[in-house]
Amino acid sequence: MIDFQGYGPRLLDGALLTFELAVLSLILAVALGLLAASAKLSGSRLAHGVATFYTTVVRGVPDLVLMMLLFYGGQIGVNMLTDQLYYAFDIDIFININAFVAGVVTIGFIFGAYMSETFRGAFLAVEEGQMEAARAYGMSGWLAFRRIRFPLMMRHALPGLGNNWMVLLKTTALVSIIGLTDMVRVAAEATKATHEPFLFMIPVALGYLAITSVSELVMLWLRKRYDTGFEEQD
Amino acid sequence: MADQPIPLVINDLHKRFGDNPVLKGLSLEAHQGDVISLIGASGSGKSTFLRCMNLLERPDAGEILVHGEQIRFRQLRNGRVPADWKQVERIRAKLSMVFQNFNLWAHLTLLQNVTEAPIHVLGVPRREARERGMALLERVGLAERADYFPAQLSGGQQQRGAIARALAMEPEVMLFDEPTSALDPELVGGVLRVMRELAEEGRTMIVVTHEMDFARDVSNQVMFLHQGRVEEAGKPQDVLNQPSSERLKQFLAPNF
Repeated sequence: MIDFQGYGPRLLDGALLTFELAVLSLILAVALGLLAASAKLSGSRLAHGVATFYTTVVRGVPDLVLMMLLFYGGQIGVNMLTDQLYYAFDIDIFININAFVAGVVTIGFIFGAYMSETFRGAFLAVEEGQMEAARAYGMSGWLAFRRIRFPLMMRHALPGLGNNWMVLLKTTALVSIIGLTDMVRVAAEATKATHEPFLFMIPVALGYLAITSVSELVMLWLRKRYDTGFEEQD
Repeated sequence: MADQPIPLVINDLHKRFGDNPVLKGLSLEAHQGDVISLIGASGSGKSTFLRCMNLLERPDAGEILVHGEQIRFRQLRNGRVPADWKQVERIRAKLSMVFQNFNLWAHLTLLQNVTEAPIHVLGVPRREARERGMALLERVGLAERADYFPAQLSGGQQQRGAIARALAMEPEVMLFDEPTSALDPELVGGVLRVMRELAEEGRTMIVVTHEMDFARDVSNQVMFLHQGRVEEAGKPQDVLNQPSSERLKQFLAPNF
C-alpha cells in the first residue's frame, strides 16, 4: 500500500469536492446554455441582445479573472445591497458568499456561454418539419420543446457537450485561488511539505482520468439513447 | 343536421409575405363529410391557404371558425397575432394535418408517433391510446411495423403512418398538404386508397393536391386557385370537365 504520509483522507475529500463542483457546475452550465441558445434563436431582439452580450463577454475574459471578479466583487456587491437594506428598511442581515457556491456559479456561468453555442447549432440542425408537426398537433411551446425539440437536438449537441464537460472538469482546479480545497490544492500542499511530487500528483492525474473515463461511458450511453431512430436504418 | 356547428368556415382570408400578397380574400365552408380539393399551379397560394387554417402561417386578415368557435386575434403595430395561444392549441388539436414530407417524429417509433399527441395533448390514458393507435395502424396496413422508426419505413408507409397519427386525434377536419407529392409513383396508390376510404366514411377533409383523378372521384368540391384568388369552384364534374376560365383550361390541359 502506498503511504500518503497522512494526506490520504484529505486527498479523497479533495477529489470529492472536485467531482461535486464539476457536476453542479455542469448542471448550471447546461441550463444557462439552453436558455441562452433559446434566447438567441427567439424572435425577441432584447433576448437575443442579452444572450449575445453574455456569450461575447464570458468567452472573451479569462476564467481566472471572472472567478475573482465574481467571488470578491460579488461579496462587495452583496455588502452594498445589505447596507442599502439596513439604511432604507432597518433590516440587518449579513450574507457571506460561500466559496463553493461562488465556484459553482462562476464555472457554470462560464461554461453556459460555451454550451449556448453548442446548443444553438444543435437546435438549428433539427429539421423544421419536426417542430411544425408538433405545433400542428396542438402542442404548447414547452411540451414541444420537451418531447420533440430537446430529444432531437441532443443528438447533435452531445459531441460538443462532451468536450465542454472535459474542459469544465479540469477548470475546477482554478477554485483553489478562492480558497477551496480541491484535490489539486491538497496535492500541491502535500508536495511542498514532503518534496514528493510524484507521490501526490500522479494519483491526482489518475483521479481526473477516472472521472473522464466514467464520463466516456456515460456519453456512450447517452449517444445510444439519442441516436434511437437514426442509426437503425435497414 | 342544420343545428350542428359547421366544422370549418373561413371568411375573406388575406396573407402577405413582405410586400407580396399571396392570399387575396379566400373563403371556404367545409360541412360535415365534405371533401374539398384545392388545386392550382405552384405559387397559387393553395398550400399557404391550408397552412393558414391551423395557423402554421398567420393570416393578416379574415376569420377562421372551427366547429363554430372563432379564433381570436389581437392587433399589434406590425400585424395581428392570436389573442390566446391556448385557444390556438385547442383548435389545432381538432385540425389534424398530413404533411407533404410526412414529418413523422424521427426519434419515436410509429406507434409512439400515433400516441404522442393523444397522450400529451388530449390527455388520453396511455393504454387506451396504445390500443387505439394499434387499431389505426392496422387500418392503414402497418400493424406489424408499429415498433419501427420512421427512417426504417418507405415514404408510402411513412405517409400512411402520418395519416394514422392524424386520425388518432379524432379530428374535426383533416388537412392534407400535397400528401402524395413526395412519393415514388408506385407508392402513391396506397396512400390514395386510404384517403378514399376516409372520404367514404364521411370524414371532413381539405386536400391540396395535384392528383386530378382523386379530386374528380373523391372530392365533392374543387377549388381552383390562381394568384391567391379562387378562380373557379364547384362540383368536380363541372369544374374539371367543363372548365369555364381560360386559366383552368390551361392548367388542366395535360390531363385532357
